[in-house]
Amino acid sequence: MLDVDVSARRAAFHLDAAFRSDAPIVALFGRSGAGKTTLVHAIAGIVRPERGRIVIGERVLFDSARGIDLPPEKRRVGYVFQDALLFPHLSVRANLAYGEALTPAAERFVDSERVLALLGIGGLLERRPASLSGGERQRVAIGRALMASPRLLLLDEPLASLDGARKAEILAYIELLRDELRLPMVYVSHALEEVTRLADRVVVVADGRVVAEGGAAEALSRAEVGAIAGRFDEGAVIDARVAAHDAAFEITRLAFADGELVVPNVDALPGESVRVRVRSRDVSLALAAPAGVSIQNILEARVETISHEFGAIVDVGLKVGETGLTARVTRKAVSELALAPGARVFALVKAVSIDRRSVGFA
Amino acid sequence: MPTHDELQALALSLKVAAAGLAASLPPAIAIAFVLARKDFRGKTLFDAIVHLPLVLPPVVVGYALLILMGTQGPVGSVLEKLGIVLVFRWTGAALAAAIMGFPLLVRAIRLSIEAVDPRLELAARTLGASKTRVFFTVTLPLSMAGLATGALLAFARALGEFGATITFVSNIPGETRTLPLAIYTFTQVPGGEAAALRLSVLSVLLSLGALAVSEWMIRRRHA
Repeated sequence: MLDVDVSARRAAFHLDAAFRSDAPIVALFGRSGAGKTTLVHAIAGIVRPERGRIVIGERVLFDSARGIDLPPEKRRVGYVFQDALLFPHLSVRANLAYGEALTPAAERFVDSERVLALLGIGGLLERRPASLSGGERQRVAIGRALMASPRLLLLDEPLASLDGARKAEILAYIELLRDELRLPMVYVSHALEEVTRLADRVVVVADGRVVAEGGAAEALSRAEVGAIAGRFDEGAVIDARVAAHDAAFEITRLAFADGELVVPNVDALPGESVRVRVRSRDVSLALAAPAGVSIQNILEARVETISHEFGAIVDVGLKVGETGLTARVTRKAVSELALAPGARVFALVKAVSIDRRSVGFA
Repeated sequence: MPTHDELQALALSLKVAAAGLAASLPPAIAIAFVLARKDFRGKTLFDAIVHLPLVLPPVVVGYALLILMGTQGPVGSVLEKLGIVLVFRWTGAALAAAIMGFPLLVRAIRLSIEAVDPRLELAARTLGASKTRVFFTVTLPLSMAGLATGALLAFARALGEFGATITFVSNIPGETRTLPLAIYTFTQVPGGEAAALRLSVLSVLLSLGALAVSEWMIRRRHA
């Protein structure tokens, strides 16, 4: 259990945030400048809060009331920075060994061979950091933090300086670590896609405060998230389960509490829990179930809310049974269909709009 | 070929410069670190004092040393009770050389410490390293190029030291008569021109060599 409750004043910025989590990965989600990094700096011991308490399990790292403030080197909190920050004067091997050598034998629980294998960095040992690609550098940085046998791993926007393909690669490695090492992680990001994919628990941070906290589906479907993620990525997150694979068409059926979604093949076994992000802009509305359309997902829904009715674009809040979904349509469409709260509609979602990056494994 | 006296002056010069450099390296690294990474009241004044030997006439430094470190001086009298005498000794020449080269040394090390990303130091601390260990395993190794450049500059400056040395420790053959003092002495006696010229050529070669090595190190750093 990670329990954080801190206040820190930094120049013109005031952080006053509390959250707790016992999930494998908790995401701190928010815009840059929201205070996410200050928060993880406080956990790592790089920033000293004016007031508060930081506890990992039974271990108190910081408690202003009791005068406890462990220095970073005594906290056993691994930190992976956005730009890796490998030691440029040391080989990859020496970088990896740096923290491991400083860990008392009794505290070591991470097997270095296993970390090398999990991260696929065994072949890089004699290289210098300057000769590594961005993705390799970040994998070595994660390995370096892991080999110090931390009790908590902080990942501070670890993908922010990587391109699309490298991002996907590192995400897959982080998923692997989560499943294999049973090491709690705090994942800092402003990318909804990464958070949906990785985190079981999400803490939404804005202006130095926690504005939403909870399970991923719950926290990420909140209105506050839209403002942070940007209109493009706004949407609902649905908890579902893999129902069946259709090998012939290479599609997967995902069952959620109140219906089913058809999506392109998801690499998971039937019965596994997943999170699906459905962007508002990918949801269309119809008054009757259309026939002869290519759209695979036609869900009967009830209109709950209609957002501000000026400008061209309107967000229509829907309930499919008890599951929330949002459709982004034109004001013209709302007027033509005479949509109002309580109306019965059909929500149409193209299967291909839900790609691999929209699905996360719980 | 240089005579025995001339070779003696060369050897003494190298010994004085090396000893001066060795003695000034630890305090120079400490002061450079403080100037690069700490903020405190009076930092500007402290910085100015460190740089003073660079702008003062060397004779003034030598005279100040004579007053402070002489056997009657406030520091010298204490040192004498401990059996340490610097005035009119080669160790005193080394001290004078060290002080004159000190600003060059501190400046070069400070610049290279400032160029080390402080977040690398933070990364090392989250990996379990104490502040001291971080300094010796991250900050200092990454400042090595600047340190080497500074050391070479200070060494070259020490080889050329004249004013402070002759004022503080005089011009004693075999004890304090370094290359520049020997050249000066030869120019003051009839028939000494040939020896002065030989030693001058030697000095030029030595200085060129030092500069070449420092240039090579800077280039290797940027390679």
